[in-house]
Amino acid sequence: MSIKEKTIFARPDSMTDVVTHYCPGCTHGVIHRLVAEVIDEMGLREQAVGVAPVGCSVLAYNYFNTDFLEAPHGRAPALATGFKRLRPDMTVFTYQGDGDLISIGMSEIMHAANRGEKFTTIFVNNAIYGMTGGQMAPTTLQGQITSTCPAGRDLDKTGHPIRMVELLSGLVTPMYLERVSVHSPRHIIQAKKAVRKAFEYQNANKCFSLVEVLSTCPTNWGQTPEEATDWLEKNMLSYYPLGVKKDSFGEGGDR
Amino acid sequence: MAKVLMKGNEAIAEAAIKAGAKNYFCYPITPQTEVAEYLAKRMPEVGGVFLQGESELAVANMLFGAAATGKRVFTTSSSPGISLMQEAISYMAGAELPTVIVNIMRGGPGLGGILPAQSDYFQSVKGGGHGDYRLLVLAPSTIQEAVDLMMLSFHLADKYRNPVMMIGDGMIGQMMEPVEFPDKFEEDELPEKDWAITGAKGRKPKVAKSLFLDPHALEDNSWKLHAKYEEMKKHEIRFEKYKMSDKNEIMLVAYGTMARICQTAIDHLESEGISVGLFRPITLFPFPLQQIQDEAVKKNIKKVLVIEMSTAQMMEDVERAILGKKQIDFYGRTGGIVPSPEEVVNKIKGMVAKKAKSKKTAAKKTSKSKKKA
Repeated sequence: MSIKEKTIFARPDSMTDVVTHYCPGCTHGVIHRLVAEVIDEMGLREQAVGVAPVGCSVLAYNYFNTDFLEAPHGRAPALATGFKRLRPDMTVFTYQGDGDLISIGMSEIMHAANRGEKFTTIFVNNAIYGMTGGQMAPTTLQGQITSTCPAGRDLDKTGHPIRMVELLSGLVTPMYLERVSVHSPRHIIQAKKAVRKAFEYQNANKCFSLVEVLSTCPTNWGQTPEEATDWLEKNMLSYYPLGVKKDSFGEGGDR
Repeated sequence: MAKVLMKGNEAIAEAAIKAGAKNYFCYPITPQTEVAEYLAKRMPEVGGVFLQGESELAVANMLFGAAATGKRVFTTSSSPGISLMQEAISYMAGAELPTVIVNIMRGGPGLGGILPAQSDYFQSVKGGGHGDYRLLVLAPSTIQEAVDLMMLSFHLADKYRNPVMMIGDGMIGQMMEPVEFPDKFEEDELPEKDWAITGAKGRKPKVAKSLFLDPHALEDNSWKLHAKYEEMKKHEIRFEKYKMSDKNEIMLVAYGTMARICQTAIDHLESEGISVGLFRPITLFPFPLQQIQDEAVKKNIKKVLVIEMSTAQMMEDVERAILGKKQIDFYGRTGGIVPSPEEVVNKIKGMVAKKAKSKKTAAKKTSKSKKKA
């Protein structure tokens, strides 16, 4: 009896064959892979351009097998706007963390979304600044300890954590906004569907889209990878509810 | 093409289109808003991209993304707006992306005023953003020259893969003059844009970036940029001389609108028998250091006078050119005040009179001492 070899799992063409710099248990790798799989499945690799942020995923261009721009902190949506306006035939995505997108880049993302720029933003929310070593982010939860709120986030002094997709959904311009998570296989499958939908809308030249992905940061949360996924489930899901916040072109779209 | 009467801001806008730059990002700010207003109408006519961004910060970063496509892109702004653009300008210099940025200068610092000034010399020439980089900086003194230099800016940006800045005081933007556009912008052949981000089709992925975490790689990149700036110094120095001769007693150094005012003053002084010449740098980086020194050291030149609409900024480069070999004087008005030709005439007459007086005193002293002897 001969044994037939069959590949059932391989690296997507849109990812490079290198070891990433991400910490053990960090979910950036999973999110990168979801984006790369969608780009592969839609046959977009040769027309895809990513825009890297400043933060943990600053080196994203080393891991994607596509063209890339590397933006100043928070400005990825402005770069994506400039690029896509000149090359509407290409598929453009920004990949940004919470500090990059909501703190220093709040103005750029709000206006790009409001203009209805035809690119896709993958927004990774891990409730902390990772690259600089665990400082308070606009998405840090109440009482959460970071190096710049060592007694836990005090809402009286810092306001409430920002729910980005809800904030964006207040804009009138048609767009697609969904919050997903990658703390369990079931959620990873759902997250991929959202990423796919966002790229499909872009490809059909329909709208700006943003997928917020709840993510873990075991290193800066001071937890093991397993504890981190549990922490996300217990603490983040209640404040950052998953689901479609706006889908102007989907079933029952609010356009 | 026949001459047309145009406002500086509009002429600059049209010149860009003539140079094949049909991608413009802007944010309104006085005194250059007419560029945006003109292009809002004009870009759709030529099938170009016009986009008003939410801030100069965003606009300069849009320019960054747009420049990465390899197409000709540009923005225009004025002093406080240019300050906000410095982040992206530094990144574009680091990533070697060709762009053209026009600064129609108003008085500063801070919100300053809205009237013409030349007080952004340091910011433009010495690097307004962070890091080891230079911009190629051009300074027109007429609307026609603004048209010519605007077109040239795109060529130079592509030639060196570097941001080019054209600076003019508010007068350059607001004044109307007859200008002529070429039927076709003739330019030398340029290197292929093999760096452009066009999608990884049939080739390895490309990245437009300025990040080099390895210090050796960053140092290599900085020296590579430095070599490029040295090439600019060899090939791109531009200047003009006005009525410079071996009869000149005083040599003026001025740029932009200020240089034109100096020309009027020089003509007037000539009619009174005072011979003055003007050296006008057109490129502020690279700066004509040697050329200024060569003129200044000539025996007939008694003094060099730098005149600016600022509190002495280009002055430092002229000092660097002359290296103490001649005495340098400065005259400046700033904050939006444009010196009149009379002011320049009076300043020079004062210098000549003082010199004559000191000569007389010296002569008296000599005769006295002779008497004593």
